[in-house]
Amino acid sequence: MSVPTRTERETDLLRTETAPVRRTLPPWVPYAVLAAAIAVGGAAALAGVSAGLGAVLTVVLYAACVVTVSRLVEGPRKAKDRVVTTVVTSAFLLALVPLISVLATVISRGTARMDVEFFSFSMRGVVGEGGGVYHAITGTLMITGLATLISVPVGMLCGVYLVEYARGKLAAVITFFVDVMTGIPSIVAGLFAYALFALILGPGVRMGVMGAVALSVLMIPVVVRSTEEMLKLVPNELREAAYALAVPKWRMILKVVIPTALAGIATGVTLAIARVIGETAPLLVTVGITQSVNLNPFDGRMATLPVSAYYQYVNPGVPPDPALDRAWAAALLLIIIVMALNLVARLISRRFAPEAGG
Amino acid sequence: MPLSETPSAVARPRPRAGDRVFAGLSTGAGLLILVVLAGVAAFLLVEAWPALTAPPEEVPGGRGVALYVWPLLFGTALSAVFALLIAAPLAVTIALFVTYYAPRALAQGLGYLIDLLAAVPSIIYGLWGFTVLAPATVGPSGWLADNLGFVPLFAGPVSATGRTMLVAILVLAVMILPIITAVVREAFRQVPRLHEEAAHALGATRWEMLRMAVLPFGRSAVIGASMLGLGRALGETMAVTIVLSVSGGVTVNLISSGNPSTIAADIALQFPESTGLAVNTLIASGLVLFAVTFAVNMAARTVINRRSEFSGAN
Amino acid sequence: MAKHIQVKDLDIYYDEFLAVQGVSMTIEPRSVTALIGPSGCGKSTFLRSLNRMHELVPKAKVEGQVAINGRDIYGNNVDPVDIRSEIGMVFQRPNPFPTMSIYENVAAGIRLTGARMKRSEIDDLVERSLRSANLWNEVKDRLHKPGGGISGGQQQRLCIARAIAVDPAVLLMDEPCSALDPISTQAIEDLINDLKPDYTIVIVTHNMQQAARVSDTTGFFNLADVGQPGRLIEMDTTAKIFSAPREQATEDYITGRFG
Repeated sequence: MSVPTRTERETDLLRTETAPVRRTLPPWVPYAVLAAAIAVGGAAALAGVSAGLGAVLTVVLYAACVVTVSRLVEGPRKAKDRVVTTVVTSAFLLALVPLISVLATVISRGTARMDVEFFSFSMRGVVGEGGGVYHAITGTLMITGLATLISVPVGMLCGVYLVEYARGKLAAVITFFVDVMTGIPSIVAGLFAYALFALILGPGVRMGVMGAVALSVLMIPVVVRSTEEMLKLVPNELREAAYALAVPKWRMILKVVIPTALAGIATGVTLAIARVIGETAPLLVTVGITQSVNLNPFDGRMATLPVSAYYQYVNPGVPPDPALDRAWAAALLLIIIVMALNLVARLISRRFAPEAGG
Repeated sequence: MPLSETPSAVARPRPRAGDRVFAGLSTGAGLLILVVLAGVAAFLLVEAWPALTAPPEEVPGGRGVALYVWPLLFGTALSAVFALLIAAPLAVTIALFVTYYAPRALAQGLGYLIDLLAAVPSIIYGLWGFTVLAPATVGPSGWLADNLGFVPLFAGPVSATGRTMLVAILVLAVMILPIITAVVREAFRQVPRLHEEAAHALGATRWEMLRMAVLPFGRSAVIGASMLGLGRALGETMAVTIVLSVSGGVTVNLISSGNPSTIAADIALQFPESTGLAVNTLIASGLVLFAVTFAVNMAARTVINRRSEFSGAN
Repeated sequence: MAKHIQVKDLDIYYDEFLAVQGVSMTIEPRSVTALIGPSGCGKSTFLRSLNRMHELVPKAKVEGQVAINGRDIYGNNVDPVDIRSEIGMVFQRPNPFPTMSIYENVAAGIRLTGARMKRSEIDDLVERSLRSANLWNEVKDRLHKPGGGISGGQQQRLCIARAIAVDPAVLLMDEPCSALDPISTQAIEDLINDLKPDYTIVIVTHNMQQAARVSDTTGFFNLADVGQPGRLIEMDTTAKIFSAPREQATEDYITGRFG
């Protein structure tokens, strides 16, 4: 570059006064463009194009305008950055569409049957309108409860083994297969429970406890992982303090380590319950469906919320509407339970986590 | 201040016995994991055996287990692979958004919203896919058939109900999205802050920083996470069962009404009504599904674990 | 009550690595023995081998003899858990159990070992231990508040109360004041003096003034070079070590010429 003449330098100085040398778009510009794009997209949607197409139009229009302006003012590198920002943000918003759509659909369709009868009656002898899911609620609670009873001790003990006892190869192998076990398809877990009981009790067997075993296969790895992670967070100093007080290892684990990690483990267990309580496939092949209340998990078929929603939907009868209403109401109830469990899990971890830190 | 008259006289319980019992119990629980996995394979094999050894004409479909499972395996792979092709890029961009673009104060909440997608039970995705998504795809599918009909995927004729492979793929994509996002986010969180700052200090824009410092670091996590998602999509049952209208042919046509079923959906549809050898056949197909997902998950975990060994972030 | 400790030719290993070599010493009852030396010289490792805490590290091992009142703690058929009930330990950072109250922390040694005691006896024990640790007056109104809710210095005295509640003969202290402010340190040092008539106290410290203030006997640990094992260079009355040490290395260290 040549040495600037005096006049050039003067114009440079002048320019820095009016506009910065590294020029950036004023912060309001993207928002203004966005507003304009939304207006155009909205107008298109109102004019008869579908809402989805309107949204696509909005995003494309916004991206095109911002990039053009940015390229002119800020240069190509900044323009590219703005493209990526737009893409990344719209990807996130796109992912929210199904979530919102699912929730809206379930709520709008499910509320029709959120009545007292729905919660207090079974489907025994019900044809057409009326009936409820009382039998399915008791079934779901019993089977999930049994699965929790099986999974929590096994899962916690396995987590304790991995953190407090395991050394070397076996630990690595078990950790690896716990992760792999997380990926077992739920239907395969169901078939496993069926095959296990069919070998003992003969083919065609259906019992509540079979469903609990199937759900345990899905639940145990989740409980193991959360126990393991929480136990690892317990400071070693506390173990040493207990050892120095002449506490045997098993009491140290039971009375010091586990209580310290308990909130975290409870969170993990709650999330594990939330994961399996909506499972349909494994129960379909192990527990089946029935129209009446069955409180004995060792004797015959039981109804559960997800499976009864499924059957209300596939065999609605004539006219189909009462059954479909029941299916949606069961779905809504299920989603409320799952969301509530998730919320409870967050609350437990938020409420107790700081205390565990010391 | 002497404390001598206190507790050393107090009898202590036999610590040795307690230790041995507790160590035994927890070791047993650890081994039980391996036993259960082996048990899944063993019991499925035992119950599948009659179908595997039966004369082909007695197996449902009349042509033996292999030919019974093959179209289902094809449908399973087709739906899972396409679902992955949609979900993986989307999941990576969402992970980028939550980690690097969302306002700090909102990031955790927004991540939680994505996690909620994983909390919705699959039966609900099925009902939603059937009632909302399927009808919504009929129009666009018609457009695809008219304008891109020369691509085998969109050959048509378009299904009138929308209960097509395309809808099954979209629903599966939504379902595996949060799983992939969670693993990728975790990897991005471990990117050393110093690398990011180094990139910023060189005058990089945010996107240039991500390309220089973050994406290379997260590459194998993305691969591992995608395989996890694939495993999940392969085994997903209820959503596909409800959404897909099945005719059993082997075709890559995504928008017609003649769709291959998937192993999992086929089991869910047939199992409750089946007896005898039909049950054994379904369990044999379940064994195939177990083997496939087990292999995919093992590969995924190997990739993810190798990454954490080499990351050097800790 | 207080017991004497005899150490003979003690080698301490981490896996294959020899961390401390050939230590022999006698620790007198009803006295305070300070162990000083530069970082990494093995004094904490040595301390932890006196109550068999060292072996909690995977693959760690010990060769040689440690005898308490003549009984070898590394002998066959000796349960490390029993040994630790006789030898209490206080750590570098105060570590009260976060899930327990102050009261429960003091009673932890009794409750966690599953010993049965009447409620009133435990009440007594807690009060006596807290009084012994000079903490009673400060916490008597909030015995059932969390043990983590008091100041660092109070937490450390709580840990001392917890240790003496199981009535040990020996108290090992691993840099008990290194995480504390000067006032809390003063309180701990006063406490050590008060406890001396009833216990055998061994304290590891980085602070030479502290060793000079609280101890009767001082042992100086050093290592020849990085990667070499630590050794006991010299051990004598504290007055002697700090005024007229026999070894040049000791003098260099206490006059601050290195370490």
